Amino acid sequence: MDTNPEIIKEFLIDCYENLDRLDSELVALEQDPGNASRLASAFRTAHTIKGAAGFLAFGKLEKITHVGENLLSKMRDGKLVLNQDVTNGLLRMIDAVREIAEYVEAHGCEPSTDYGAVVTLLRTLDEETSAPPPAQAEATPAVDAPVAVAAPPTPVPAPVAVAQVAEVPPLDHLFVADPADAGRSDADSPNNKKQAVSDTALRVDVDLLDKLMTLVGELVLARNQILQLTSEQADSGLASATQRLNLVTSDLQEGVMKTRMQPIGNIWSKFPRVVRDVATQCGKQVRIEMEGKETDLDKTIIEAIKDPLTHIVRNAVDHGVEDPAIRTQRGKAAEGVLRLRAFHEGGQINIEIADDGAGIDPEKIRATAVRRGVITQEQAARMSDHEAIRLVFAPGFSTAETVTNISGRGVGMDVVKTNIEKIGGQVDIQSRVGEGTTLKIKIPLTLAIIPALIITSADGARYAIPQVNLLELVRLEAEAAASAIERIKGAQFYRLRGNLLPLVHLHRALELQSYQGEGDHAINIVVLKADNRQFGLVVDRINDTEEIVVKPLGKQLKGVSVFAGATIMGDGTVALILDVLGLAQRSSVLGESRTRNQADQALETAGADTAKQTLLLFRAGSHERLAIPLSQVARLEEFPAEMVERSGGLDVVQYRNDILPLVAMWGDRSDRTGTSRQAIVFDHKDAHVALVVDQIIDIVNETVVVQKKLARRGVLGSAVIQQKVTELVDVSEVLAAADRQMTGQAA
Amino acid sequence: MSNQCATFYVDGLHFGVEVLQVQEVIRYQQMTRVPLAPTVVEGLINLRGQIVTALDLRRRLGLPDRPDGHRPMNIVVRTEDGVISLLVDEIGDVVDVQPDEFEAVPETVRSEVAGLVTGVYKRKERLLLLLDVNRAVAVDGDRMLPGGSSSAGATSSTKSQVN
Repeated sequence: MDTNPEIIKEFLIDCYENLDRLDSELVALEQDPGNASRLASAFRTAHTIKGAAGFLAFGKLEKITHVGENLLSKMRDGKLVLNQDVTNGLLRMIDAVREIAEYVEAHGCEPSTDYGAVVTLLRTLDEETSAPPPAQAEATPAVDAPVAVAAPPTPVPAPVAVAQVAEVPPLDHLFVADPADAGRSDADSPNNKKQAVSDTALRVDVDLLDKLMTLVGELVLARNQILQLTSEQADSGLASATQRLNLVTSDLQEGVMKTRMQPIGNIWSKFPRVVRDVATQCGKQVRIEMEGKETDLDKTIIEAIKDPLTHIVRNAVDHGVEDPAIRTQRGKAAEGVLRLRAFHEGGQINIEIADDGAGIDPEKIRATAVRRGVITQEQAARMSDHEAIRLVFAPGFSTAETVTNISGRGVGMDVVKTNIEKIGGQVDIQSRVGEGTTLKIKIPLTLAIIPALIITSADGARYAIPQVNLLELVRLEAEAAASAIERIKGAQFYRLRGNLLPLVHLHRALELQSYQGEGDHAINIVVLKADNRQFGLVVDRINDTEEIVVKPLGKQLKGVSVFAGATIMGDGTVALILDVLGLAQRSSVLGESRTRNQADQALETAGADTAKQTLLLFRAGSHERLAIPLSQVARLEEFPAEMVERSGGLDVVQYRNDILPLVAMWGDRSDRTGTSRQAIVFDHKDAHVALVVDQIIDIVNETVVVQKKLARRGVLGSAVIQQKVTELVDVSEVLAAADRQMTGQAA
Repeated sequence: MSNQCATFYVDGLHFGVEVLQVQEVIRYQQMTRVPLAPTVVEGLINLRGQIVTALDLRRRLGLPDRPDGHRPMNIVVRTEDGVISLLVDEIGDVVDVQPDEFEAVPETVRSEVAGLVTGVYKRKERLLLLLDVNRAVAVDGDRMLPGGSSSAGATSSTKSQVN
């Protein structure tokens, strides 16, 4: 039969939408099997598919949906109660229908596969629950009993009511009309709403939208050029016309971007079903909660994150949430919760997927990673817990002890990461053993037009750096530049607030020829982040930020990984867009110079005898002068006496929505009530710890010669700083001691 | 049945491209060089808001560089990979060619050139080499290109490793 392909296409679009709706309706119904309006709506949806399939002579589709519809109609009429078996059967029907629809889309006809099994399954369900009346009768009292019992009493209170308000004659009319009315309005309202939507919305081909987007891109470029040209003219008429053009273009750009926006709920709507299926399969109970469904995203991005998100969700249910028995044992609710959250922040979309499961044990990860040869023993020891957990993104890594059917085949998280990075996004993972795991994804709002920083390289060419990679700009004047940049084995570093920032010279990374030599003029450093690491890009000049239209590079340039694309500047010249990750990899600043953990830095502090360091000097207890590398300090705080509370034998303060313990390591002289306390706050094991000190003396930047003669537990050695002997504190040891003190006092 | 060819000259050789593949011919444009790119890529030009990669046909064919001061012309062609500009020495006429003039590439033509040419038209005045546009623009990220002078790129990339 040669049906118009257009009609089939329309049917398929409708069909997929209806199937998605049916999916979510069924899962919702499972929670609330008695919801009449939901049942009615599910029935209508199935009926629509059946009707359209019959009209287009898709016999198999019609047959399958027909038996499904029968089941649904029985449920709607109250002859059948929805249980898990029935839901499973209906979901299988949806899968079958989807399969057929996909086949029709690809081949234009129905597949030859016989879906007899599904039909029989549905029929059996139908007969099982309705055909043998005794079974039904047994079940019915249980269900109907309340109604049956409740029914007779109604007339009893009625007379009372009538007696009380005798002057309300249409009471019986009310009784009759009310439920029917309610039922009807309930059934009608979704219909009405749907009509309203279809009246004001229409389907537009995505290709057309893409084309519009390209055209708007061109318009933005032309606008930029005209803006630049008119800024050189004094004609006021031209200036105001240009201004109008400018505004209209911006509005148009925003409008066209909006047409491509879709709420993230569109892809999330599939997850309840995914979660349910996976949970049932592994015998778990998991509830899904969603927040920020209406957050809008560009369609291309939605497409790009669909699979990674699904993977993460499956993973979370399969590996994250524990079996109900284990959960109860651990004192958690048997039902696990998977929380999805999406929100806008700083021009980016944040998506968080959090489970309240077992969490990831960094030790286990380290062990597995070493066993698999992903990292060496030594590397494992140097890694912070967070870094260790991030290893799940390494290629060929899976921590699941048993490979299940659903996930854990060792591919996955690395693919998730690459896919998200491909669209300019970032993934991070946080986990606490026993409490759960949270995956945080940051992605740009759109890919087509992005804000970027324009810089100039030594040869005068301009390059654009996407704003998302930008952290800060540092300018070193000529005198400072010569001394502030340190060289270690040919690599250059700049000490940015106590941390070594590896430097990459743009002209060297790009192999440009002309350069005026180094050290004798000011240096501009663009601090960038790539893959959670930072590095500084030395450029010749920093121009401005600008909205740029990203254009892909031709196939001939695909191999050049340092460029992400090109754009056209206001003056009509082409500028290349730097791919920050590619640039970092090319200059090999990522692999070696990882952010080292505290113990490691302390070691270096002790070892690097002559390097210049920024130290915090303070006085505490019997120690007149103590020093700590500033890089290990999170903050300096002063807490007024009234903020200090007592808890578990410790002084604590409320600090950034957390309880911060105040540890007096060097003897507490501050029992003088009424005075404020100075404290050094450290980041320690994902939380903060504050060490109470008597006085902060100074922050110095000096070359320190460490004498280890006086080294002892908690003290790395001593040095002469500002002409006075100062003890260097071993921060990791002190924090460990603080731990002991806290647990000791709490016990 | 006759075909039409847009013709041009590169280092004294007479080339032709099927006229329907040519989008336009433009004078030399200012272009943005792409560092680290294969040497055949001369740069990027802004063609009315579209960014087009310009390939130097001399380098692509393994011919000596254009003498200083000689500005090339752009032949903008439509290919399977989008619109590409080919830099040539000089533009010739659009000529009618007859199928019976067509012949396979003679053995004597240099291999770099022969690899990118579908055949020759034996015209009265001189031979016209028919350029295979899709093969001519097939340059991937690899610097080691058949027909391209790759030594400059290779040495500079080792230099960056030292940094």
